[in-house]
Amino acid sequence: MSYIPHTLEDIKQMLSAIGVKSIAELFKDIPAELAPKSFNIPESKSEFEVTQILRKLAAKNATGLVNFVGAGFYDHFIPASVDAIVNRSEFYTAYTPYQPECSQGWLQAIYEYQSIICQLTGLDVSNASLYDGGTALFEAMMMAVRATGRNKIILDSGVNLIYRTMLYTYTSNLSVEFVEIPVVHGQSSREELFKHLDDKCAAVILQNPNFFGAIDDHSDIVEKVHKFGALAIASVYPVSLGMLKTPGEMGFDIATGEGQSLGIPLSFGGPYLGFMAVKNELVRQMPGRIVGATVDSDGKRGFVLTLQTREQHIRRQKATSNICSNEALCALRAAVFVSLLGRDGLKELAQHNYQKAEFAKEELSRINGVTVKRSSPTFNEFTVLLPRQADEVVLKMIEKGFACGFPLGRFYKGMDNYLLIAVTEKRTKEEICRLAHSLEAVCS
Amino acid sequence: MQLIFEKHQAGRRGFSYGECDVDQVKPLAEKYLRQAPAHLASLSELDVVRHYTNLSRLNYSVDTNFYPLGSCTMKYNPKFCEQIAALEGFSQLHPLLPQLSGGGMLAQGSLEVLYESEKLLCEITGMTAFTLQPLAGAHGELTGVMLIAAYHKNKGDRRKYIIVPDSSHGTNPSSAAIAGYEVIVIPTGTDGYMDLIEYKKHLNNEVAAVMLTCPDTLGIFNPQIKEIADLAHKCGALMYYDGANLNAMLGKCRPGDIGFDVVHLNLHKTFATPHGGGGPGAGPVGVNEKLVEFLPISRVVRRSDGTFALDYQKHKSIGYIAPFYGNFGVILKTYAYILALGRDGLIRAAEIAVLNANYCQVKLKKYYDLPFDKRCMHECVFSATRQAKNGVHAIDIAKYLIDQGYHPPTIYFPLIVKEALMIEPTETESKETLDAFIEVMIQIARLAQENPSAVTGAPLKMPIKRLDEVRAARELNLSWKP
Repeated sequence: MSYIPHTLEDIKQMLSAIGVKSIAELFKDIPAELAPKSFNIPESKSEFEVTQILRKLAAKNATGLVNFVGAGFYDHFIPASVDAIVNRSEFYTAYTPYQPECSQGWLQAIYEYQSIICQLTGLDVSNASLYDGGTALFEAMMMAVRATGRNKIILDSGVNLIYRTMLYTYTSNLSVEFVEIPVVHGQSSREELFKHLDDKCAAVILQNPNFFGAIDDHSDIVEKVHKFGALAIASVYPVSLGMLKTPGEMGFDIATGEGQSLGIPLSFGGPYLGFMAVKNELVRQMPGRIVGATVDSDGKRGFVLTLQTREQHIRRQKATSNICSNEALCALRAAVFVSLLGRDGLKELAQHNYQKAEFAKEELSRINGVTVKRSSPTFNEFTVLLPRQADEVVLKMIEKGFACGFPLGRFYKGMDNYLLIAVTEKRTKEEICRLAHSLEAVCS
Repeated sequence: MQLIFEKHQAGRRGFSYGECDVDQVKPLAEKYLRQAPAHLASLSELDVVRHYTNLSRLNYSVDTNFYPLGSCTMKYNPKFCEQIAALEGFSQLHPLLPQLSGGGMLAQGSLEVLYESEKLLCEITGMTAFTLQPLAGAHGELTGVMLIAAYHKNKGDRRKYIIVPDSSHGTNPSSAAIAGYEVIVIPTGTDGYMDLIEYKKHLNNEVAAVMLTCPDTLGIFNPQIKEIADLAHKCGALMYYDGANLNAMLGKCRPGDIGFDVVHLNLHKTFATPHGGGGPGAGPVGVNEKLVEFLPISRVVRRSDGTFALDYQKHKSIGYIAPFYGNFGVILKTYAYILALGRDGLIRAAEIAVLNANYCQVKLKKYYDLPFDKRCMHECVFSATRQAKNGVHAIDIAKYLIDQGYHPPTIYFPLIVKEALMIEPTETESKETLDAFIEVMIQIARLAQENPSAVTGAPLKMPIKRLDEVRAARELNLSWKP
């Protein structure tokens, strides 16, 4: 396949206009000694052939399992109109809206996305989005380090281990000191946390619901954190915000999270959507693109990229972040998804998730030898203790057609018999009952 | 256009989940619940679809307009790649499945795509191994610099500096700083190449790496590139290749053969995945043998029985830079694109990209200043200084082009060129398109002499005129409030 429109005649004319005899002459600045030592790429294939190859590969993936795996990444339904909008090539084949006059569609869509994120999180300002929930959390942490001039971070171990590990990777050459707080009975240990809270602290990082699915009201922690002049950072699951107390309502300074649940397919890990919202006073410390409203020379409303003096193309090594793009198309998915649902739909989505997970808890707690952990309330994900290794159970359940949950022993020592189960609105009553039935058979 | 919030009609619904098939349960305690509702618009599905469809029509895009935005490689994005990424077998796969026991077998198709894509990128660039995890070009840079830091640290070598030329992308120094390095900037000589004398002066055993774009951001291939690399290596420094301009090099020259140790690619540039209005892109990082052991966790491996698995055992690895395996949906499109073009198609892409840029350069040379009058590769950089004397600046030219239906070239970059106009046509644009664009550019040059105000008033044909950016930054209005 080739997407080159040039005819031989075109090429001839162009070469003659340039004043060279051959295309090879255009490459004469590359010294002969630098010619490729090899370039063994397979020969060209037709669109049909490539499609067949990839269809076969897609068929090798097991997407037919009934999915109860979450762990920060959820199997939610995506309305067809979300795909219809993001498949408009006026959106997806454009780039960063550097030229506002021919990018108002994108700029307004991002402004609306920012507004939606503010509404969801209860905070003042959102940026145009970041790569994913993990990198967003890292950026939030670095904001706190810059804003406070301190370098100690208190990190709750209820924060997704994947994100905690990412924070450690990114700071390996920086002088950031971490203290990890254990989770006790599924929730942040106040006692441990307050022990480490002092005036060297830049930020406390919490997650709600936490990795075990447990819901908390962190208002008391945030209040204490502020007394020490530190910032409070929340990592949140946006679908839960249709129901749960928002980071803003708890007093958090920064909220970040993974926006995948807002109309973005699981797609084996990406592309996803990192979102970030902050209080007004932190806006100039924010990383990434930000869209603002302004007026044109006739006084008509329009949108532009703004506060660019924070950014790398102007500040270079002194920029707030090296980020020079956003996940615009994923942000658009989120904006369309949330706009379709509206305020009632978002509440309904959260309610269905909560209700179905509670139903699953009831069903599973009837199984002999299976204990549903109930020390904390949960949203759509919860922990069960199995009579045998969760790894083995998972393997047997795959044979029965279920991805039945995430074995916590993979991430936490001493939790080999624990399984983390997520129930989204897509799981039917019948599937939940079958899950319980199969699990009973496997565990007995 | 009205904001979506301004179209709100209480009681309207765009989507409903229907009756919940399980019974109501006891609600959560009040203290856990949201106190104030989210002020989201309530609209019908058509309201929402029409709103965003109409917004889409306010954008210039590759599919609707010529988009010669230099350094961004706005080539055509084949439609079949979009269809492949949307196949349910790929799009519905949970990333944690392979981490379940026995779960690797559930994701063999995707793991194979990753494994094969890595092999292809290695061959295209001449590197030993790739991590596909970086989620964007700048993210790749940060990953690459962290790999460089791990390499030196492992040797017990504390190095403080990273060298970049003054023509570099802003992300290079910024990524270096975020990874904990100080940045040394080398000026560009009058010949358009990095000043070798200055470079040698700053090279010493405290330099961790030299970050270069090749061809550089002026669109020029530096024939001394091998010497620059050899000098760096003599001091124990590593060479970093910013892959923004790889499109010019496909099958013509490989960074690995030049001596680059670390390479990041922008799949959304060279490999035709859509730019998505700013993202998602993908920025895989390739390394040579020196750095393989430091690559992020996890790595896809092929077992002796031909199946694929994820390897998490890497004690020298820098760790996790992304939650999973990268922007898989983007990598998938790249894989399909490379398979479709094949060896000759990739080489042809580079050739025609360079042909198109040289054609624009030659045709416009008489009308615009060419600060470095050299053969260009895939893009050419002009300066509007001649026009600026009459009050027609690069930005005015950009706005006039918008009125004529063209997305402007990149302006004011690279920073070392005053009034820069950086034109990258890409290989997928036809001679007729280039001729029409060139004609408008010539017309602007003429207007700049004869009637400058005809240019400086632009745009006049768009839904809005020039926007007050100063006001946007001073009187911040960053979200709609009820």
